Amino acid sequence: MSVAQAHAAPAHDTSTGLSHAKVAVWTFLASECLLFGALISTFLLYRSRSLSGPTPSRHTYDIVYTSVSSFILLMSSLTMVLALAAIQRGDHQKLRVWLMATALLGMCFISGQVYEFTRFVQDGLTIKTNVFGSSFFLLTGFHGLHVTVGILMLLSLYLMSLDGRLPSNRAETVELVGLYWHFVDIVWIVIFTVVYLIPAGK
Amino acid sequence: MQAEAESELAHHPSPREYVKVAIILAVATGAEVGLFYMNLPHALFVLLLLFFAAIKFSLVVLWFMHLRFDSQIFRRLFLLGLSLATAVYLIVLSIFGIFRG
Repeated sequence: MSVAQAHAAPAHDTSTGLSHAKVAVWTFLASECLLFGALISTFLLYRSRSLSGPTPSRHTYDIVYTSVSSFILLMSSLTMVLALAAIQRGDHQKLRVWLMATALLGMCFISGQVYEFTRFVQDGLTIKTNVFGSSFFLLTGFHGLHVTVGILMLLSLYLMSLDGRLPSNRAETVELVGLYWHFVDIVWIVIFTVVYLIPAGK
Repeated sequence: MQAEAESELAHHPSPREYVKVAIILAVATGAEVGLFYMNLPHALFVLLLLFFAAIKFSLVVLWFMHLRFDSQIFRRLFLLGLSLATAVYLIVLSIFGIFRG
Protein backbone atom coordinates (compact mmCIF):
# COMPACT_ATOMS: atom_id res chain seq x y z
CA MET A 1 0.00 0.00 0.00
CA SER A 2 1.44 3.38 -0.95
CA VAL A 3 1.68 6.27 1.50
CA ALA A 4 -0.89 8.18 -0.49
CA GLN A 5 -3.25 5.21 -0.36
CA ALA A 6 -3.05 5.11 3.39
CA HIS A 7 -4.21 8.71 3.59
CA ALA A 8 -6.82 8.64 0.84
CA ALA A 9 -9.48 11.25 1.49
CA PRO A 10 -13.15 10.27 1.62
CA ALA A 11 -15.33 10.66 -1.48
CA HIS A 12 -16.93 14.08 -1.92
CA ASP A 13 -20.46 14.84 -0.78
CA THR A 14 -21.71 15.85 -4.22
CA SER A 15 -24.24 14.39 -6.65
CA THR A 16 -21.43 12.76 -8.63
CA GLY A 17 -19.26 11.83 -5.66
CA LEU A 18 -16.52 13.86 -7.32
CA SER A 19 -15.01 17.14 -6.26
CA HIS A 20 -16.68 19.97 -8.17
CA ALA A 21 -13.50 22.02 -7.92
CA LYS A 22 -11.57 19.22 -9.62
CA VAL A 23 -14.20 18.90 -12.35
CA ALA A 24 -13.92 22.67 -12.89
CA VAL A 25 -10.12 22.52 -13.14
CA TRP A 26 -10.22 19.64 -15.64
CA THR A 27 -12.81 21.55 -17.71
CA PHE A 28 -10.58 24.63 -17.61
CA LEU A 29 -7.57 22.55 -18.71
CA ALA A 30 -9.61 21.06 -21.56
CA SER A 31 -10.41 24.61 -22.72
CA GLU A 32 -6.73 25.53 -22.41
CA CYS A 33 -5.96 22.77 -24.95
CA LEU A 34 -7.93 24.83 -27.47
CA LEU A 35 -6.12 28.05 -26.53
CA PHE A 36 -2.64 26.56 -26.89
CA GLY A 37 -3.74 24.58 -29.95
CA ALA A 38 -4.62 27.91 -31.60
CA LEU A 39 -1.28 29.47 -30.65
CA ILE A 40 0.77 26.46 -31.81
CA SER A 41 -1.19 26.27 -35.08
CA THR A 42 -0.62 29.99 -35.67
CA PHE A 43 3.11 29.45 -35.18
CA LEU A 44 3.13 26.48 -37.58
CA LEU A 45 1.23 28.50 -40.18
CA TYR A 46 3.46 31.56 -40.02
CA ARG A 47 6.92 30.30 -39.03
CA SER A 48 8.18 30.05 -42.62
CA ARG A 49 6.11 32.78 -44.26
CA SER A 50 8.29 35.71 -43.26
CA LEU A 51 9.41 38.00 -46.08
CA SER A 52 12.38 39.35 -44.12
CA GLY A 53 14.33 38.86 -40.91
CA PRO A 54 15.30 35.64 -39.11
CA THR A 55 13.36 32.40 -39.56
CA PRO A 56 13.52 29.23 -37.41
CA SER A 57 16.69 27.27 -38.10
CA ARG A 58 19.57 25.48 -36.39
CA HIS A 59 21.24 28.90 -35.99
CA THR A 60 18.22 30.69 -34.53
CA TYR A 61 17.73 28.48 -31.48
CA ASP A 62 20.19 27.38 -28.82
CA ILE A 63 18.92 23.80 -28.50
CA VAL A 64 21.23 22.78 -25.65
CA TYR A 65 20.13 25.80 -23.62
CA THR A 66 16.42 25.14 -24.30
CA SER A 67 16.88 21.44 -23.48
CA VAL A 68 18.21 22.37 -20.04
CA SER A 69 15.19 24.67 -19.54
CA SER A 70 12.87 21.84 -20.59
CA PHE A 71 14.58 19.46 -18.18
CA ILE A 72 14.15 22.00 -15.35
CA LEU A 73 10.42 22.34 -16.05
CA LEU A 74 9.99 18.55 -16.25
CA MET A 75 11.72 18.10 -12.90
CA SER A 76 9.46 20.77 -11.39
CA SER A 77 6.58 18.41 -12.15
CA LEU A 78 8.31 15.78 -10.02
CA THR A 79 8.76 18.17 -7.09
CA MET A 80 5.09 19.18 -7.46
CA VAL A 81 3.82 15.59 -7.09
CA LEU A 82 6.22 15.07 -4.18
CA ALA A 83 4.61 18.12 -2.51
CA LEU A 84 1.20 16.52 -3.01
CA ALA A 85 2.40 13.19 -1.60
CA ALA A 86 3.85 15.08 1.41
CA ILE A 87 0.58 16.83 2.32
CA GLN A 88 -1.37 13.60 1.79
CA ARG A 89 0.75 11.90 4.46
CA GLY A 90 0.60 14.99 6.71
CA ASP A 91 4.25 15.98 6.36
CA HIS A 92 3.95 19.76 6.21
CA GLN A 93 7.66 20.49 6.40
CA LYS A 94 8.35 18.39 3.29
CA LEU A 95 5.31 20.00 1.64
CA ARG A 96 6.89 23.43 2.02
CA VAL A 97 10.28 22.17 0.82
CA TRP A 98 8.80 20.68 -2.36
CA LEU A 99 6.49 23.65 -2.98
CA MET A 100 9.44 26.03 -2.74
CA ALA A 101 11.57 23.75 -4.92
CA THR A 102 8.83 23.73 -7.58
CA ALA A 103 8.50 27.52 -7.45
CA LEU A 104 12.30 27.95 -7.71
CA LEU A 105 12.52 25.58 -10.67
CA GLY A 106 9.69 27.53 -12.31
CA MET A 107 11.61 30.77 -11.68
CA CYS A 108 14.74 29.22 -13.26
CA PHE A 109 12.66 28.34 -16.32
CA ILE A 110 11.26 31.87 -16.57
CA SER A 111 14.72 33.40 -16.10
CA GLY A 112 15.93 31.20 -18.97
CA GLN A 113 13.07 32.40 -21.13
CA VAL A 114 13.83 36.05 -20.34
CA TYR A 115 17.48 35.44 -21.27
CA GLU A 116 16.44 33.73 -24.52
CA PHE A 117 14.07 36.57 -25.44
CA THR A 118 16.80 39.14 -24.71
CA ARG A 119 19.24 37.27 -26.95
CA PHE A 120 16.68 37.12 -29.77
CA VAL A 121 16.03 40.85 -29.48
CA GLN A 122 19.78 41.54 -29.59
CA ASP A 123 19.96 39.36 -32.73
CA GLY A 124 17.24 41.47 -34.35
CA LEU A 125 14.22 39.23 -33.78
CA THR A 126 11.39 41.04 -31.96
CA ILE A 127 7.64 40.56 -31.89
CA LYS A 128 7.41 43.15 -34.69
CA THR A 129 10.24 41.89 -36.93
CA ASN A 130 8.22 39.38 -38.96
CA VAL A 131 5.38 36.85 -38.65
CA PHE A 132 7.77 34.23 -37.28
CA GLY A 133 8.79 36.62 -34.48
CA SER A 134 5.16 37.57 -33.76
CA SER A 135 3.90 33.99 -33.56
CA PHE A 136 6.98 32.77 -31.64
CA PHE A 137 6.86 35.48 -28.97
CA LEU A 138 3.07 35.19 -28.68
CA LEU A 139 3.19 31.42 -28.11
CA THR A 140 6.20 31.21 -25.80
CA GLY A 141 5.22 34.45 -24.04
CA PHE A 142 1.73 33.10 -23.30
CA HIS A 143 3.29 29.91 -21.96
CA GLY A 144 5.68 31.95 -19.82
CA LEU A 145 2.72 33.92 -18.48
CA HIS A 146 1.05 30.64 -17.47
CA VAL A 147 4.24 29.51 -15.71
CA THR A 148 4.39 32.86 -13.87
CA VAL A 149 0.77 32.47 -12.68
CA GLY A 150 1.68 28.95 -11.54
CA ILE A 151 4.66 30.28 -9.55
CA LEU A 152 2.40 32.83 -7.84
CA MET A 153 -0.05 30.06 -6.89
CA LEU A 154 2.80 27.91 -5.54
CA LEU A 155 4.14 30.78 -3.45
CA SER A 156 0.60 31.43 -2.14
CA LEU A 157 0.34 27.77 -1.11
CA TYR A 158 3.73 28.04 0.60
CA LEU A 159 2.62 31.11 2.57
CA MET A 160 -0.72 29.47 3.45
CA SER A 161 1.15 26.43 4.74
CA LEU A 162 3.52 28.61 6.81
CA ASP A 163 0.46 30.34 8.24
CA GLY A 164 -1.17 27.01 9.15
CA ARG A 165 -3.99 27.55 6.66
CA LEU A 166 -3.19 24.43 4.61
CA PRO A 167 -4.07 21.45 6.81
CA SER A 168 -3.90 17.87 5.48
CA ASN A 169 -7.64 17.83 4.78
CA ARG A 170 -7.04 20.55 2.18
CA ALA A 171 -4.65 18.39 0.15
CA GLU A 172 -6.97 18.81 -2.80
CA THR A 173 -5.98 22.50 -3.05
CA VAL A 174 -2.38 21.38 -3.65
CA GLU A 175 -3.61 18.77 -6.14
CA LEU A 176 -5.55 21.39 -8.13
CA VAL A 177 -2.58 23.75 -8.35
CA GLY A 178 -0.53 20.69 -9.30
CA LEU A 179 -2.90 19.86 -12.16
CA TYR A 180 -2.43 23.37 -13.55
CA TRP A 181 1.36 23.12 -13.12
CA HIS A 182 1.57 19.74 -14.89
CA PHE A 183 -0.59 21.10 -17.70
CA VAL A 184 1.87 23.94 -18.22
CA ASP A 185 4.57 21.26 -18.35
CA ILE A 186 2.81 19.15 -21.01
CA VAL A 187 2.24 22.26 -23.13
CA TRP A 188 6.00 22.86 -22.99
CA ILE A 189 6.65 19.25 -24.04
CA VAL A 190 4.70 20.00 -27.24
CA ILE A 191 6.29 23.44 -27.74
CA PHE A 192 9.82 22.06 -27.25
CA THR A 193 9.25 19.46 -29.96
CA VAL A 194 7.13 21.38 -32.46
CA VAL A 195 8.58 24.88 -32.08
CA TYR A 196 12.24 24.20 -31.27
CA LEU A 197 13.45 20.74 -32.28
CA ILE A 198 11.56 20.06 -35.52
CA PRO A 199 12.15 23.45 -37.26
CA ALA A 200 15.77 23.62 -36.05
CA GLY A 201 16.48 20.10 -37.29
CA LYS A 202 15.78 20.99 -40.92
CA MET B 1 -20.65 6.79 -9.39
CA GLN B 2 -19.98 7.13 -5.67
CA ALA B 3 -18.03 3.88 -5.77
CA GLU B 4 -16.06 5.18 -8.74
CA ALA B 5 -15.21 8.33 -6.82
CA GLU B 6 -14.01 6.30 -3.84
CA SER B 7 -11.87 4.02 -5.98
CA GLU B 8 -10.45 7.12 -7.69
CA LEU B 9 -8.99 8.12 -4.35
CA ALA B 10 -7.94 4.62 -3.41
CA HIS B 11 -4.74 4.62 -5.43
CA HIS B 12 -2.28 7.38 -6.18
CA PRO B 13 1.33 6.44 -6.98
CA SER B 14 3.98 6.41 -4.27
CA PRO B 15 6.90 8.93 -4.30
CA ARG B 16 9.15 6.12 -5.55
CA GLU B 17 6.88 5.62 -8.60
CA TYR B 18 6.94 9.38 -9.24
CA VAL B 19 10.74 9.36 -9.24
CA LYS B 20 10.78 6.42 -11.70
CA VAL B 21 8.47 8.34 -14.04
CA ALA B 22 10.70 11.42 -13.75
CA ILE B 23 13.75 9.34 -14.70
CA ILE B 24 11.96 8.06 -17.82
CA LEU B 25 11.00 11.67 -18.66
CA ALA B 26 14.61 12.79 -18.29
CA VAL B 27 15.88 9.92 -20.46
CA ALA B 28 13.27 10.69 -23.14
CA THR B 29 14.33 14.37 -23.16
CA GLY B 30 17.97 13.30 -23.50
CA ALA B 31 17.00 11.01 -26.38
CA GLU B 32 15.21 13.90 -28.14
CA VAL B 33 18.29 16.09 -27.88
CA GLY B 34 20.47 13.16 -29.03
CA LEU B 35 18.27 12.73 -32.11
CA PHE B 36 18.80 16.39 -32.94
CA TYR B 37 22.54 15.81 -33.35
CA MET B 38 22.16 12.63 -35.42
CA ASN B 39 21.94 13.05 -39.16
CA LEU B 40 18.64 11.25 -39.61
CA PRO B 41 16.32 11.71 -42.61
CA HIS B 42 13.94 14.57 -41.72
CA ALA B 43 10.77 12.42 -41.86
CA LEU B 44 12.26 9.84 -39.48
CA PHE B 45 13.59 12.61 -37.23
CA VAL B 46 10.12 14.18 -36.97
CA LEU B 47 8.46 10.80 -36.40
CA LEU B 48 10.84 9.86 -33.58
CA LEU B 49 10.51 13.29 -31.95
CA LEU B 50 6.72 13.06 -32.01
CA PHE B 51 6.97 9.56 -30.56
CA PHE B 52 9.11 10.73 -27.63
CA ALA B 53 6.91 13.80 -27.08
CA ALA B 54 3.83 11.54 -26.99
CA ILE B 55 5.49 9.28 -24.39
CA LYS B 56 6.43 12.26 -22.20
CA PHE B 57 2.98 13.83 -22.57
CA SER B 58 1.25 10.56 -21.65
CA LEU B 59 3.48 9.88 -18.65
CA VAL B 60 2.84 13.33 -17.16
CA VAL B 61 -0.91 13.17 -17.80
CA LEU B 62 -1.38 9.57 -16.64
CA TRP B 63 0.93 9.51 -13.61
CA PHE B 64 1.61 13.05 -12.43
CA MET B 65 -1.92 14.29 -13.20
CA HIS B 66 -3.34 10.95 -11.98
CA LEU B 67 -5.62 10.40 -14.97
CA ARG B 68 -4.64 6.72 -14.90
CA PHE B 69 -6.00 6.40 -11.38
CA ASP B 70 -8.72 9.08 -11.16
CA SER B 71 -12.35 8.99 -12.21
CA GLN B 72 -13.19 8.30 -15.86
CA ILE B 73 -15.08 11.62 -15.93
CA PHE B 74 -11.85 13.62 -15.63
CA ARG B 75 -10.25 11.51 -18.36
CA ARG B 76 -13.21 12.07 -20.67
CA LEU B 77 -13.29 15.80 -19.97
CA PHE B 78 -9.62 16.24 -20.78
CA LEU B 79 -9.69 13.95 -23.81
CA LEU B 80 -12.68 15.88 -25.12
CA GLY B 81 -10.74 19.15 -25.06
CA LEU B 82 -7.55 17.57 -26.35
CA SER B 83 -9.17 15.68 -29.22
CA LEU B 84 -11.35 18.66 -30.17
CA ALA B 85 -8.27 20.91 -30.28
CA THR B 86 -6.28 18.33 -32.26
CA ALA B 87 -9.05 17.76 -34.79
CA VAL B 88 -9.92 21.46 -35.28
CA TYR B 89 -6.32 22.59 -35.73
CA LEU B 90 -5.30 19.66 -37.92
CA ILE B 91 -8.17 20.60 -40.23
CA VAL B 92 -7.14 24.28 -40.16
CA LEU B 93 -3.49 23.42 -40.88
CA SER B 94 -4.53 21.07 -43.71
CA ILE B 95 -6.70 23.77 -45.27
CA PHE B 96 -3.71 26.12 -45.32
CA GLY B 97 -1.55 23.41 -46.87
CA ILE B 98 0.93 23.15 -44.01
CA PHE B 99 1.50 19.43 -44.62
CA ARG B 100 2.29 19.86 -48.33
CA GLY B 101 6.04 19.56 -48.91
